[in-house]
Amino acid sequence: MCLAIPSRIIEKNGFEATVDVYGARRKISLMLLPEEAAVGEYVLVHAGFAIQKVEEDAASDALGFIEEILRALEAEEA
Amino acid sequence: MAINRQTDRQVKGIRMMLGEIGRPVRLMEVCGTHTVSIFRHGLRGMFEGIRFLSGPGCPVCVTSSEDVDRAVLISREPGVILATFGDMMRVPGSLGNLDYARACGADVRIVYSALDALRMARAERTRRVVFFSTGFETTAPGAAAIIHEARKEGIKNFSVYSVHKLVPPALRALLSTPGLDVDGFLLPGHVSTIIGARPYEFIAADKGKPAVIAGFSAEDIISATLMLLGQMRQGRAAVEVQYQTAVRAEGNPKALALMEEFFEPASANWRGIGTIPASGLGIREGFSGFDAAKVFAGVLGGMERAGAASSEPPGCSCGDVLRGLKIPAECRLFGKKCTPESPVGACMVSTEGSCAAYYKYGGPGR
Repeated sequence: MCLAIPSRIIEKNGFEATVDVYGARRKISLMLLPEEAAVGEYVLVHAGFAIQKVEEDAASDALGFIEEILRALEAEEA
Repeated sequence: MAINRQTDRQVKGIRMMLGEIGRPVRLMEVCGTHTVSIFRHGLRGMFEGIRFLSGPGCPVCVTSSEDVDRAVLISREPGVILATFGDMMRVPGSLGNLDYARACGADVRIVYSALDALRMARAERTRRVVFFSTGFETTAPGAAAIIHEARKEGIKNFSVYSVHKLVPPALRALLSTPGLDVDGFLLPGHVSTIIGARPYEFIAADKGKPAVIAGFSAEDIISATLMLLGQMRQGRAAVEVQYQTAVRAEGNPKALALMEEFFEPASANWRGIGTIPASGLGIREGFSGFDAAKVFAGVLGGMERAGAASSEPPGCSCGDVLRGLKIPAECRLFGKKCTPESPVGACMVSTEGSCAAYYKYGGPGR
């Protein structure tokens, strides 16, 4: 029930927007979105509401962190 | 599952760390969507030495029999349209489920979004539309948003029956369960999109357990598992975020502000677990015109008269499964009297329930 789907905004009118989700079009609300999102940008949609903007190429600290764990392990193995 | 090079390295890393830790590790995935993803990608069998336990994170499963009965009673009132999410239709109550109420003539409608329920109220002014609103922090802001809209537009024929539940208080209660044996927690991704990472701090700070907020792909779950084992290996406990694309430390301030405006913490009855103080959301006093619990107080006062019983079905181990004390196969009803076609407990009803996932992916014998 708590799955949210990344969707691309294709039309925007105030707090209402039309998004494209895997090729299907859906009308959603932008009322809960904490920041502005423009047409063409991606938002996470849960039960008809955009709940967060998602950057397609979001830099992830977690990836760097994981890299560190792996390097440490591999260095010990070597 | 197709594994890319990066994930392959992580899988190797997990295996090495398990070797170093030298004992079986028990990780709880709190969220039902994680349960399904872990099964679907075969992650349960991938690591000998890790046991994934499902937690209380399927909102459908934890909706109590009593709350379903209340929704059924409301749906039987003249002029009422009861709108709810599709998953709720088959959740058993002592008066039957909402599917049965509909078959008996009640106007129960499935909606995809809380917004659809508000649309119904706008379109059918002579009817009383009640949104039976379930779910965790991911879903609650939407319910707050429609109350905000209904109020702004002066819509009078609309109310919300809130059985919303909160994840952190449930985890706090779970962590005080005697006999609970969990080494670390995979925390829900989209609940955390709303609430952020801070409300979970007590898991690490007070209880000394590692916790990682995880995304939903196989790669995400493998990365998060590696992060959890990394903490264990270093002998530390912290709340870390693997799912950085969707989760900020402060959560979603706009959604939180709307929730805060219309809801207040209320004690909530979790199926199979019992009542946990301040673990649910009730509608604030100032908005009682939109609170179905107040609007229909007369009807709900007659629960016993209507023949509703508050107890859960006999023999059902849902409560133990939801707390990670039992796996579904350890319940004597599992796969015999209780199947997805004919569920006894709510954990078998929802596709995200641990029993339904075990049945579908593990087979009744597992």
